[in-house]
Amino acid sequence: MKNLQLQKVLFYGLLFLMTAIYIGPFLFSLSISFNAEQDVFSWPIKLLPEKWTLGNYASVWRDLPFGQWLFNSFFITLIQTITNVFFAALAGFAFARLDFPGKNILFSILLASLMIPGVILLVPKFIILYEFHLINTYAGLIFPGLVSVVNIFLMKQFFETIPKDLEEAALIDGCSYFRIFWQIFLPVSKPALAAVAIYTFQGSWNEFLWPVIVTTTREMFTLPVGMAFLKNEFSVQWPLLMAGTILISLPTLAIFLLFQRYFVQGVAAAGLKE
Amino acid sequence: MANVTLNGVKKIYNKDVVAIKGADITINDQEFVVLVGPSGCGKSTLLRMIAGLEEISDGDLHIDDQRVNDISPKDRDIAMVFQNYALYPHMTVFENMAFGLKLRKYPKAEIKQRVEHAASILGLGEYLERRPKEMSGGQRQRVAIGRALVRQPKVFLFDEPLSNLDAKLRVQMRIEIKRLHQQLKATMIYVTNYQFEAMTIGDKIVLLKDGVLQQVDSPMNLFNNPANKFVAGFIGSPSMNFLDGTIEQNGELEFVAGPVRFGIPNNTALREKLSPFVGRSVVFGFRPEYLYDQDKASCKPGGIGLQIKIDVTEPIGSEAFNYFHFEGFDSDPFCFRSDSAYAYQSGEQVRVGIDADRLRFFDGETELRIA
Repeated sequence: MKNLQLQKVLFYGLLFLMTAIYIGPFLFSLSISFNAEQDVFSWPIKLLPEKWTLGNYASVWRDLPFGQWLFNSFFITLIQTITNVFFAALAGFAFARLDFPGKNILFSILLASLMIPGVILLVPKFIILYEFHLINTYAGLIFPGLVSVVNIFLMKQFFETIPKDLEEAALIDGCSYFRIFWQIFLPVSKPALAAVAIYTFQGSWNEFLWPVIVTTTREMFTLPVGMAFLKNEFSVQWPLLMAGTILISLPTLAIFLLFQRYFVQGVAAAGLKE
Repeated sequence: MANVTLNGVKKIYNKDVVAIKGADITINDQEFVVLVGPSGCGKSTLLRMIAGLEEISDGDLHIDDQRVNDISPKDRDIAMVFQNYALYPHMTVFENMAFGLKLRKYPKAEIKQRVEHAASILGLGEYLERRPKEMSGGQRQRVAIGRALVRQPKVFLFDEPLSNLDAKLRVQMRIEIKRLHQQLKATMIYVTNYQFEAMTIGDKIVLLKDGVLQQVDSPMNLFNNPANKFVAGFIGSPSMNFLDGTIEQNGELEFVAGPVRFGIPNNTALREKLSPFVGRSVVFGFRPEYLYDQDKASCKPGGIGLQIKIDVTEPIGSEAFNYFHFEGFDSDPFCFRSDSAYAYQSGEQVRVGIDADRLRFFDGETELRIA
């Protein structure tokens, strides 16, 4: 009995500790974002600002092309999320349900491409887009992330758990394969589609490396790139940076909270059969 | 409604695995045919070939007079009920049943009328707006049948539709499907693992083993006149007893299996059939139902009598299954079905009789029936 209680205390203690480690920096950023600049470096560290101000948030909107960056980020993320969901589902369906020559080899090649570190591909990708005159354009920002192998893999795994009888019943009912995909498989795959959408949204919204490479002018920046430029060579505008960061994290936070149910289901459903 | 004809239909996987080794079956209009056999015998494959879900490797499949080998499932005018219902989980019962008709562009009013009619036949009227997950197994299977019903297809195919239901529901649904057949007078092809289901539901049974048709016949003919030892053993529960032995001519024609020995009854037909097997191995088969206690029942003249010792009895209420060995003979236990009015004791000696026309003999090598 006593042992059990001790176990519980330890368990919850550990949980609180982990939560603090993850949420602490976020709360500190939140606090700094409401702080006037001169207080940031005061010693000892003040966890809460002495004087609360919304000035940093106002300044983000007023002094930076925040609106433009917000549009860029939203536009790119939206397109990439839609195309990822659509193409990953389509390819996943083909790999899971259709028989075509070279299917296994093609899938192996796709999987093998996961083993190549993304950094290695940066230069070739840049050169290709340069040749197509797509540097510093929306197309250049969007094209490399239209669909990802991980998402195809996730959708394939999910579609494979759908009983074959369902597909055959639809065939006998008179469906073509595209209709089976569209009217039967997609509606029953909401958890997996939501997981792909959330992963993609998060990844695309927070993407830093590719936009920083492919954009050359301030107005083409996405939010993470724009924020990074608040760090100058000699100084960092911490309160401004934190205010911007908090604003950037709001959409992903909202999406996660809204679709958390699907997200968990999607991750769980990837390996489970009904 | 339609005839279905299979001529030398074969299924070969990966060029060398033969799943169906040439099936010739004629299914007449309005007939209820059951494909039955042990797991892996190819019965589902055969059904799926008729449905168009599996390609036919060789031979011809005709529905009415049309060769349908290369016609897609949707154009064969068939409907199929699957083992695990295969209902579209995101659609209501109405939408599930209407889906096939919608795809075939039927007018809305007709779809509604057909679905409601099918629902009333199947007692689903009040569930039309529910989704499959809100229904029990039996109700789901009814929806699956309803989905087939509304299409009014030429042929209904059932792929082990009752396997997922509990025993009580299975009996209920079995009766319902049989009633439906009588009502619709449709051609139906039904696959099952259970010989009991096949016997009770079918007009005609196709019994398969390892992709080979063993016998195509009426249930009673399968039971009483099995073509070979496998059919005899598969049909009937408990199954037929088999005793390996030889036919010998010691003055009179005798069956000998170790200490078990009896003279072949003085029945001309039986003797004529068995005399070519003198000195050869044969299998003697007798059904538990056709054994009777000679002390309690009067027997027909010309039967045989055997002395047995009861090992175990299993009373099941209306009757009892008594398991026994022949003294001094090592083999699987044999079964003798008796009326539950008299309870046999373990170790009890009983003299059982079998009428001459109930004796079955199979060729020891080919396992084909001799008599």
